[in-house]
Amino acid sequence: MAAYMSAGRSANAFSTHDFVPEWAQEEVSTGTTIMAVEFDGGVVIGADSRTTTGAYIANRVTDKLTPIHDHIFCCRSGSAADTQAVADAVTYQLGFHSIELDEPPLVQTAANLFQQMCYRYREELMAGIIVAGWDKRRGGQVYTVPMGGMIVRQPVSVGGSGSSYIYGFMDSNYKPGMTKEECLHFCTQALALAMERDGSSGGVARLAAITEEGLERRVVLGHQLPKFSNT
Amino acid sequence: MALSNVVETPASGFNFENVSRNVALEGLLEGGHTKAPKPMKTGTTIAGVVCKDGVVLGADTRATSGEVVADKMCAKIHYISPNMYCCGAGTAADTEKTTDLLSSNLTIFSMNSGRNPRVVMAVNILQDMLFRYRGQIGASLILGGVDCTGNHLYTVGPYGSIDKVPYLAMGSGDLAALGILEDRFKPNMELEEAKELVRDAIHSGIMSDLGSGNNIDICVITKQGVDYIRPYQESEYKDKRQRRYKYRPGTTSILTEKIVPLELEVVQETVQRMDTA
Repeated sequence: MAAYMSAGRSANAFSTHDFVPEWAQEEVSTGTTIMAVEFDGGVVIGADSRTTTGAYIANRVTDKLTPIHDHIFCCRSGSAADTQAVADAVTYQLGFHSIELDEPPLVQTAANLFQQMCYRYREELMAGIIVAGWDKRRGGQVYTVPMGGMIVRQPVSVGGSGSSYIYGFMDSNYKPGMTKEECLHFCTQALALAMERDGSSGGVARLAAITEEGLERRVVLGHQLPKFSNT
Repeated sequence: MALSNVVETPASGFNFENVSRNVALEGLLEGGHTKAPKPMKTGTTIAGVVCKDGVVLGADTRATSGEVVADKMCAKIHYISPNMYCCGAGTAADTEKTTDLLSSNLTIFSMNSGRNPRVVMAVNILQDMLFRYRGQIGASLILGGVDCTGNHLYTVGPYGSIDKVPYLAMGSGDLAALGILEDRFKPNMELEEAKELVRDAIHSGIMSDLGSGNNIDICVITKQGVDYIRPYQESEYKDKRQRRYKYRPGTTSILTEKIVPLELEVVQETVQRMDTA
């Protein structure tokens, strides 16, 4: 019955004769690695491309870097449905706000819109988001809005299930005052390390650099990712 | 907002009237020795491929209710609009009704705006609705169509997540079908090649999955129009009915006939003029 499918995380309410595999009854999740780095003049954001339903990879070429406005992006981790819905809602709100103001919105505004929604619906949502972009007032900024609805501005931030494996790398290799190319290289390496260790992250590495001029997207295919182990 | 709906979007909150009704019915049936009927699920293989000239969708035709095949010639490719079709996996009723509702709303939109709806619009409406119901509507849909912006293929999950991809398989037989697609898909394929690929993908789903079977339906959507081939290929395991199960009129003899005219009289008559100017 429809009632049995409630809150997909409930245990086996289905008999063994049902022809919907167990993993299809689970919610689609972006078990993920996402990150964002500030540099002078903009931000670099990066994400892996794997979306899983349980143990099955539903989409191996996902784009988790979602545009919210011309110079503001968000990196999504957590439930695919929840983050897509929240990102859509914030895109609308920010667009409306920007039209009212008749000028491009601030990254801080976008981040706070995310935070308000994630905090208000914290029990219902499973969404960890990094908001990053460029605006005229403060240049490149990265704000992290993890599950629960906290907001904090950081020069570099990682998120998602794969982030646990790269905190050490991030802390030891990040230096303030990097250039855009150095940031892109730093992100590529970090994502490659996380994708290597985390089962829920993988596929290709998607990167984007946001500056006053605009947006530059890059994709690093699986075989082009830097290798670290010798085995 | 600007969209008029056939059925009013419900007020905030969820409507679980049918759940309480079902629970009450279950309670009544538990007392006896009958069980409530299991919902019909389309344990299924559905697949879609974007090719050079359009989109090719394919599906098997088996609908199961528990271990029994409830429908051997089920239509899983649903009409959405003249330029869009949708394959559905999951609970049969949910996929039917969701696609019906979408189709009605888009028809109204077409009439209001004078345009053919875009695939991305249909996907957004589906996503809104399925997200609102938090996964209670068990519908996994593959939506494919051709519009002024190109050929598109989307998948919408039961929780309301969407993915835009060039090729796709869903349902219980999707792992088998996806193997075929991963092996032989190339971007910008010719139409005939794409049809064969989808047929092979569904066929492999039918062979390797118990929940899929019987015939293969193919739907080809191009700028010129839609070619809904049902069935594209019939199962070689069809059996023949032993005898005719339709009875001629007159098989049951009529013993007596009694006609009772109902006497009605007009009590009140009102005339309302319609202003058509």
